[in-house]
Amino acid sequence: MTALQIKINNVHKVFKGSGGDVVALKGIDLEIHEGQFVCLLGPSGCGKSTLLNAIAGFSLPTTGNIVVNGKEVREPGPDRGMVFQEYALFPWMSVADNITFGLRIKKEDPKKIEAKLEELLTMLKLTEFRDRYPKDLSGGMRQRVAIARVLALDSPIMLMDEPFGALDALTRRSLQDELLKVWFEYKKTIIFVTHSIEEAIYLSDRIVVMSYRPGTVKKDITVKMPRLRDPTGPEFNALKAELSELVMSEQLRFEKAHMGITGD
Amino acid sequence: MVKDFFSRIKGIWVPLIAVIIWELLVRSGKVNPQILPAPSAVLVRWYHYVIPAEVHDPKTMSYVKWMFSGEFFGDMWASFYRVFIGCLIGTALALPLGLVMGASTKVYDYFNPLIQVLRPIPPIAYIPLSILWFGLGNAPAVFLIALGAFFPVLMNTIVGVRAVDSIYIRAARNMGANPFVMFTQVILPAATPYILSGIRIGIGTGFICMIVAEMIAVNSGLGYRILEAREYFWSDKIIAGMFSIGLLGLAIDMVVDRLNSYLLRWHRGLE
Ligand SMILES: Nc1ncnc2c1ncn2[C@@H]1O[C@H](COP(=O)(O)OP(=O)(O)OP(=O)(O)O)[C@@H](O)[C@H]1O
Ligand SMILES: [Mg+2]
Repeated sequence: MTALQIKINNVHKVFKGSGGDVVALKGIDLEIHEGQFVCLLGPSGCGKSTLLNAIAGFSLPTTGNIVVNGKEVREPGPDRGMVFQEYALFPWMSVADNITFGLRIKKEDPKKIEAKLEELLTMLKLTEFRDRYPKDLSGGMRQRVAIARVLALDSPIMLMDEPFGALDALTRRSLQDELLKVWFEYKKTIIFVTHSIEEAIYLSDRIVVMSYRPGTVKKDITVKMPRLRDPTGPEFNALKAELSELVMSEQLRFEKAHMGITGD
Repeated sequence: MVKDFFSRIKGIWVPLIAVIIWELLVRSGKVNPQILPAPSAVLVRWYHYVIPAEVHDPKTMSYVKWMFSGEFFGDMWASFYRVFIGCLIGTALALPLGLVMGASTKVYDYFNPLIQVLRPIPPIAYIPLSILWFGLGNAPAVFLIALGAFFPVLMNTIVGVRAVDSIYIRAARNMGANPFVMFTQVILPAATPYILSGIRIGIGTGFICMIVAEMIAVNSGLGYRILEAREYFWSDKIIAGMFSIGLLGLAIDMVVDRLNSYLLRWHRGLE
């Protein structure tokens, strides 16, 4: 087994609100090793984004801590590149400038930047869009740029919050394959949030199923099937059935909780 | 083809008919030409206003100097120059203040009460004070124009900075942006659509201030010229001057529009 890279120690997160406190995360303990592809799976509102944001350093745990490469997380940093569902590309920058942003603000050698840019454009099939602005790109293309932008940082860890959630099924599949290729070639550790069971099984080494309110780790499953996986195969479907059961019971608790709140 | 041509010049009919009625009205003697001169008279007056006053002699005079020997180009230039300098100063002061006020609630809380007190005072109301402070000449005019441009740019910059989508800030922080990079490469460009529309409104206000200031504080420029024409009861020249003012406003607006669409070429606009 590879070296331990992310250690999440008894993390709690409480949001104070007018309608009472929300316990978004409760007693999360996780160890993630270098090069692992981990999916966080669970119904809406179970705290997946909250956990990812805590690892990214955008919003720190209320109690407990997260240690990345031996250092406690206190703020965001380029060692944990984030890919957002809303792409978050800078619309005023061309594709090339978006991709090289992290390198340019570090004042890297322009020759090195150019070489990296070429490499990533080729890798993600973006060469012909180099000088376009994000507004001219399709959703799938935009997410490729966002992935390239994070790869340019050379961060060992990639955090992805439902990155393909807004894409159509076909684009989604081709980006999933693209991501597996990237993961394989650059040996990244990836933490990938999704609520698609199929996506989680297709991509990951390990699936962490979370429960709804409080957000805890309900089940931690290792996926051993060889890649590329066949979503119609029997092993795939057996796992899918198992996970559906788990997620569905949480989904029902979610719905019940909402009926309790709204009274309808 | 012919039909195409006629439909393309649709917009000409209403003004054309209006001008014809106007001309006929004056010619019929029902209106005193001193009060309302015929459009033909205005056109003739405008022509004399535009053409150079001196005979061109290539030996002693450059073409530009010859062109400017008439009143029109000199007035246009004087007015344009004042608006340009005034709006430049107003924007240069409002932009940094707006950026800081938009970004920091602390600074905002310090400055906002003062600004809310000053903002409702129309720039025109500063005329007596500005003449007292700066005397007559370009200085009070530029002061008024800068004042006119200042508040729209300021208010829009504050709103623009506040409206920057937090997702850009998060992405930039994630990639290691320090506060300086954040300000210059993320917040400022993200706020440009608001800032530019503020500048546009500011130029509009500055333009109004320019005409008023020229009527009072200086003796050149389009505003001065139409007031001077009134002293001689040259109503045709007043109207010719007014059209010239409109022309200058239109030209400035077109340039600003071009600049806007260049600077916002990345912007998807209203979708
Ligand atoms: N800033 C906040 N203030 C108050 N409550 C919050 C805040 N952010 C999240 N929450 C609450 O914490 C819980 C977890 O939210 P989170 O966004 O992590 O869920 P999620 O699993 O990512 O859901 P989704 O799949 O819909 O993105 C939710 O119940 C949400 O209402
Ligand atoms: Mg989420």
